[in-house]
Amino acid sequence: MTAVDQLHSELDQPGTTQKASAPGSPGQSYRGLAGVPLSLEPLNRKDFTSDQEVRWCPGCGDYAVLAAFQGFMPELGIKRENTVIVSGIGCSSRFPYYVDTYGLHSIHGRATAIATGVATAREDVAVFVITGDGDALSIGGNHLIHVLRRNVNVTILLFNNRIYGLTKGQYSPTSEIGKITKSTPMGSLDNPFNPISLALGAEATFVARTIDSDRKHLTNVLRAATAHRGSSLVEIYQNCPIFNDGAFDAIKDPTTSADAIIPLTHGEPIRFGVDGHLGVVRDEQTGAFSVVEVAEVGEAALAVHDAYLADPSFAFGLSRLTDAGVLHRAPIGIFRDVEAPAYDDLARDQVALAASLGNDEDALQAMINGGDTWTVR
Amino acid sequence: MKQVNTLDRVVIRFAGDSGDGMQLTGDRFTSDSAVFGNDISTLPNFPAEIRAPAGTLPGVSSFQLHFANYDIMTPGDRPDVLVAMNPAALKANIADLPRGGVIITDSADFTKRNLAKVGYQSDPLTDGSLDDYQVHALDLTGMTVEAVKGFGLTRKDATRAKNMFALGLLTWLYHRPTDGTINFLSTKFASKPEIRDANITAFKAGYAFGETTEVFAVTYEVAPAPMPAGKYRQISGNLALAYGLITASRKAGLPLFLGAYPITPASDVLHELSKHKRFGVTTFQAEDEIAGIGAALGASFAGHLGVTTTSGPGAVLKSETIGLAVATELPLIICDIQRAGPSTGMPTKTEQADLLQAMFGRNGEAPVPVLAAQSPADCFPTAIEAVRWAIKYRTPVVILSDGYLANGAEPWLVPDLTEIAAIDPEFAAGPNATDKAGEPAYLPYLRDPQTLARPWAIPGTAGLQHRIGGIEKARDTGAVSYDPANHEEMVRTRQAKIDGIVQDIPDLLVDDPADSNGRHARVLVLGWGSTYGPIVAAARRVRKTGRLVAHTHLRHLNPFPANLGNILRSYERVIVPEMNLGQLALLLRAKYLVDIRSYSRVRGLPISLSELARDLENEIDQLEGTNP
Repeated sequence: MTAVDQLHSELDQPGTTQKASAPGSPGQSYRGLAGVPLSLEPLNRKDFTSDQEVRWCPGCGDYAVLAAFQGFMPELGIKRENTVIVSGIGCSSRFPYYVDTYGLHSIHGRATAIATGVATAREDVAVFVITGDGDALSIGGNHLIHVLRRNVNVTILLFNNRIYGLTKGQYSPTSEIGKITKSTPMGSLDNPFNPISLALGAEATFVARTIDSDRKHLTNVLRAATAHRGSSLVEIYQNCPIFNDGAFDAIKDPTTSADAIIPLTHGEPIRFGVDGHLGVVRDEQTGAFSVVEVAEVGEAALAVHDAYLADPSFAFGLSRLTDAGVLHRAPIGIFRDVEAPAYDDLARDQVALAASLGNDEDALQAMINGGDTWTVR
Repeated sequence: MKQVNTLDRVVIRFAGDSGDGMQLTGDRFTSDSAVFGNDISTLPNFPAEIRAPAGTLPGVSSFQLHFANYDIMTPGDRPDVLVAMNPAALKANIADLPRGGVIITDSADFTKRNLAKVGYQSDPLTDGSLDDYQVHALDLTGMTVEAVKGFGLTRKDATRAKNMFALGLLTWLYHRPTDGTINFLSTKFASKPEIRDANITAFKAGYAFGETTEVFAVTYEVAPAPMPAGKYRQISGNLALAYGLITASRKAGLPLFLGAYPITPASDVLHELSKHKRFGVTTFQAEDEIAGIGAALGASFAGHLGVTTTSGPGAVLKSETIGLAVATELPLIICDIQRAGPSTGMPTKTEQADLLQAMFGRNGEAPVPVLAAQSPADCFPTAIEAVRWAIKYRTPVVILSDGYLANGAEPWLVPDLTEIAAIDPEFAAGPNATDKAGEPAYLPYLRDPQTLARPWAIPGTAGLQHRIGGIEKARDTGAVSYDPANHEEMVRTRQAKIDGIVQDIPDLLVDDPADSNGRHARVLVLGWGSTYGPIVAAARRVRKTGRLVAHTHLRHLNPFPANLGNILRSYERVIVPEMNLGQLALLLRAKYLVDIRSYSRVRGLPISLSELARDLENEIDQLEGTNP
């Protein structure tokens, strides 16, 4: 069993990541989509394909994510007119133009803020955010952490290619130290963000990582992310064949992927590598995780993944197993999936509660009249 | 029986330490005067620091109230009465008090230490330096503490009621009604009975002190002002703005979504709207100014009325999103409650120096309609008109107010809401074209030939799915386009759409009364925004001298009213007073090639009406070639 197959077997199991699964009526089984009307007729991928010509570079990982997304959307069963895709600026942010839903290609870094407005205004709309490592983590870093802490009901697809593509190849906030680019001919100096650690630091309620080229895993993660009510952050390792080709080769190459991918399977010991020779253990003192040879520690010593822990520390610890430099190894899968009230639900509840006190024209006139009035005759 | 003098108008300035409750005292006296039927105009003036060190000059907070038996236009340049609760308040304000003016102070606060703190070498209450004024040095602290001693308060808490003692005294001195303040205190401190009772007692004690003491030989009456019949209330600019926005959202049937970040002096609009969720108002306190407007634009895209409120330093940060709203042609309201700049400037002081920012503060050709309110109550209709434009023309609209309007108050003839016309959002409900195959299609940029507005299809509308964004659009389809001719057409069309709003703007009227010989003025004073009050008052004063002066005021700053050019060209001299370095003057010169004379004051305060009147008289005399 390869590492990737192992991931799939886990993700396909109902009742683990797909907590709210109810076969037959997928739209209603997703708490994240509660309130969004269902389509009367079954939809197919063509229904989610716009008339615009897709204009990414040949070989760009974005094509694979788009295809997976268009293939996955029909199964949600929701009306496509009740879907809004908001993006920022960058190569991946062209994404909304290619999907036949409502779409807003906005400005650099602000997609999460704009999506917060859409999601809070409309309970009956499924909101997706398309962003990249520069868009979400540099110029939009502030909005990202705040949408996550508020737990607004949006699904965020963060395309991480570890480079600026649209501006032609400068290093990004996820590039490894020492990256040689046009703007850093002597090597980049600054420490990169680990997007998963950052999201967990903001106490995001759903945090996952997947890979552009693995359609099945990507689809399964999107399914779980959409089912989650509240903010879902999905980091997608996405190859840029022009400016950062091969950044994720270690985990994509079948000859190295087994030792490179640390698969996260809720309820399972974290074990991977050729013939499962590697595993992850947790230091009792520090809570830090490390990779060990299973033969040396015994299977019983391996950490058992729990994505549903209320405290994000466990998931954060796992996220630290990601290489900060050139990528040789990274955990893949769902780090955290916990229930918490969504900001937009709470905001609508307040408005509804206040409205129940009465809000007819007389009430409005009374508000404007105020308490202290006098009459001139 | 004491002597009662009748006055037409009085200006009182309450001044004290930031913690002395001067704003509250002024507010109460204002409410009581308004309910009594006087016309009122107020100018709160407070430091940005929440509690500057006690007893220091930077910590002085003041509230000026002008009340009269006729329709007044300003809070008054100089007070007739200065209530100074400590030496710092006296020192900071004495220069504004004309000789012969009344000073009421708390003598208990004039200690050696407090005098030294503000640099008084000797006690001004006793050293003769105030001989030209009518000084009433009263032990307000001592009398207050004595009055409330039965309530078991600490001396500190007891002392804090001294503002109510002073208010009671002034209430008696000017024959104001007392019920309003007593009711107010009963409600405000309902949960703290001892504080409530102490404050009410102090208030009544101040009133009784006036009645019984020999200190004040004369009391004053200011009769109610004649006003059009109807129901009135007192209102500040920020409150009127909030009410206008809520009313407009209801008239449009669109839930109001406010995305805002706290900033002085705009925060009170956020506070007020947050209280009125029952009317479908969602308020989102964002992580920053950019997210505030971003969420508001998202809400507009989703079919709500997106609104953001801010002041200059926040408006700067919103520029890029306003540009996106221009490109996506979505309704959005941006309220800029201006304050003194640049940068942080003086947060609690007023200015109107964001006009050019509102007009041009974006990259590319990004025209945005701009309206400015001229008085606190005028913020209400201005907000409704802005929403009407935003929805009808699918455009962001900037409303300019300022710190003076925001916090200043005046009486307001409460509008009957049934008389305000509905606003139809005219959402797109179905296809508006056919595609090449003859199938129904939706073109998100197919414009209304009359307004040039595009259709507004909101998520959830079947068959009208579309994608919009900041990249240039192809005409009609809204698809991404880099075509040169298309870009030029779109740039010109967006401009023409905003220019076309002129069809909704009534012609500007000029107030230019003829003299007994039928002659009209040669000098026109043109203003915008909160200079309305000082300009009208100055024009009145000038006319009383027998000179002729014309006045008109702009609410619509982009586009300008259609007849503005003709008006400007029909006067020999056009003077434009502004609290900036001549921003409207610049626009008028550029557009109409008229030699505008800029009259500019940037002191963080409203333009002085007496100074303006004097300067206008000089201008007129110069033109007439006569000496006054």
